[in-house]
Amino acid sequence: MRSMTELKLMKGNEALAEAAIRAGVDGYFGYPITPQTEIIEYLMTERPEKRTGMVVLQAESEIAAINMVYGAASTGKKAMTSSSSPGISLKLEGISYLAGAELPAVIVNVVRGGPGLGTIQPSQADYFQSVKGGGHGDYKLYVLAPASVQEMSDFVEDAFDIAFKYRAPVLILSDGLIGQMMEKVILKPQKQRMTNEELIEKYGDWAVTGRKGRERNIITSLDLKSEKMEARVHRLMKKYEQMEKEDLRFEKINCDDAEYLIVAYGSSARISQKAVQLGRAKGIKVGLLRPITLFPYPKQALFELADQVKGILSVELNAGQMVEDVRLSVEHKVPVEHFGRTGGIIHTPEEILEALEQKIIKNGSIKHHKSRESSIL
Amino acid sequence: MEVSNIIKAENQVFCKSKLMTDTALSYCPGCGHGTAHNLTMEVIDEMGISEETIGVAPVGCSVLAYDFMNIDMTQAAHGRAPAVATAISRLWPEKYVFTYQGDGDLAAIGTAETIHACNRGENIVIIFVNNGIYGMTGGQMAPTTLEGMKSSTSPYGRDIETMGSPLKITELIANLPGVYYVTRHAVHTHKHARKAKKAIQKAFENTRLKKGISFIEIVSNCNSGWKMTPLESNIWMEENMFPYFPLGDIKVGGILKK
Repeated sequence: MRSMTELKLMKGNEALAEAAIRAGVDGYFGYPITPQTEIIEYLMTERPEKRTGMVVLQAESEIAAINMVYGAASTGKKAMTSSSSPGISLKLEGISYLAGAELPAVIVNVVRGGPGLGTIQPSQADYFQSVKGGGHGDYKLYVLAPASVQEMSDFVEDAFDIAFKYRAPVLILSDGLIGQMMEKVILKPQKQRMTNEELIEKYGDWAVTGRKGRERNIITSLDLKSEKMEARVHRLMKKYEQMEKEDLRFEKINCDDAEYLIVAYGSSARISQKAVQLGRAKGIKVGLLRPITLFPYPKQALFELADQVKGILSVELNAGQMVEDVRLSVEHKVPVEHFGRTGGIIHTPEEILEALEQKIIKNGSIKHHKSRESSIL
Repeated sequence: MEVSNIIKAENQVFCKSKLMTDTALSYCPGCGHGTAHNLTMEVIDEMGISEETIGVAPVGCSVLAYDFMNIDMTQAAHGRAPAVATAISRLWPEKYVFTYQGDGDLAAIGTAETIHACNRGENIVIIFVNNGIYGMTGGQMAPTTLEGMKSSTSPYGRDIETMGSPLKITELIANLPGVYYVTRHAVHTHKHARKAKKAIQKAFENTRLKKGISFIEIVSNCNSGWKMTPLESNIWMEENMFPYFPLGDIKVGGILKK
């Protein structure tokens, strides 16, 4: 059965776990935290060590888990971890090391509300943490934001493709809504895991696998010589430039004739899509731009749309984070406002449409966003 | 007799292992790290496993171990070497995987990783160099700093009332069922170095036999951090460190020594 595609009804978290096995992932290292614990539970139940030889290990902490990923990735293996917001905060040291040591790995964040222990309900309040560094030092993550259970499944393989293309960590930024909801999903056929021989052949120029028949390889993020360290930083920046040129992903919905624009990713994009339908039914020409990658960000698409629309509403399950990037992208050409709920409350399509009408349609054309404060409902 | 007549290959009793690179060691003269490195490399060389070994370097004085050891190595975040080694060993079970860590790395910030990797019985070797101080950052109090011992963060001596007692992490992990071999050595004399080398060899043999954790503590000096001459530091170590951290086997073949 698994040699073919399969149609199933699954939770987002389960679909991601099953996709990891089918993508030929070598190692998953995790630690339980709501709302993503189904990922490790599913993997443990499925016995992937029997299905593909994949190693699944419950670590003593999120910190240990990300460092296990670092160890596995040092050897060229496909390794991943998953967690939710407080756990990702703990992993950031390791994520910074992965970026610095130029290692391919996939990290999944099924976001819950914060700060602190916050709430176990869905949130998108980790946008800043995901796209503005998070950990220490000059680095970025390639960030994929799934908006469906299908994308929870599909993005695992996509994330590893990018991770190995650039030798860089990739983040799948989901949230409690996408992780917990059930939808039908088409699962891809089982991929074979790479053999050690194939791996050594492919990644022998950098991976630490034992220095048989070659000079030794070293994985480190340390360069005590300033010139060497600066060269490393420049190398990283080159990767990010290339990502922006080659691997930007976004989706435009009803944008061709749009007079107003909603920008939203992940679960907010799903809800905003309904808001667009409601708006259109009322005769409001509104479109949706959904960034699929949050870094790289669809800056140019937004810049161009700003010549067409009268105002933009950034819809996020947070107190206003991505809205800053929308404003940077449109360079003050049109008013940009934020609408979002926090604390685990999920906005309804009706609320989003109302916010669009009040914040953008009624006020937007008068002056360029005079007040930016108190954009939360 | 000329010096050149004395320094000849045939007269050499102790020499640099072939697996040590020609990079000048970054350690202070008199420090035990160089000897501990050399012994580890001698064992790996003599066992013929240099192409099948993956080392994990820590953060601390030995962060640059990969510059000196001519084998594949990865450098872990502070304290995380046992987690890094866990994944490597799990995914490459036929390889020899070892960590090389100091006391701050292994017994303070990395305590959780140390205990849990040991408790899972990962098939790895842990070489733990304990000099009772943070050397790299300039001589701060470590988890293993002795009572009354002065450091830059215990300038009036370690006060166990407020700073806790020096941690005997080695005895602690020896009590875990997943741990197969635990022993404590020193490398400041030829006699001690020979014994330490035998222990390291036994540890890598254990990996070959998939016995689980082999844990070797090397009680060492830090003449710079302790503000002593190398000779003074070695005498001080014998008189003060050895009574608190006694040398010898603690657990062999999975059985605790009485």
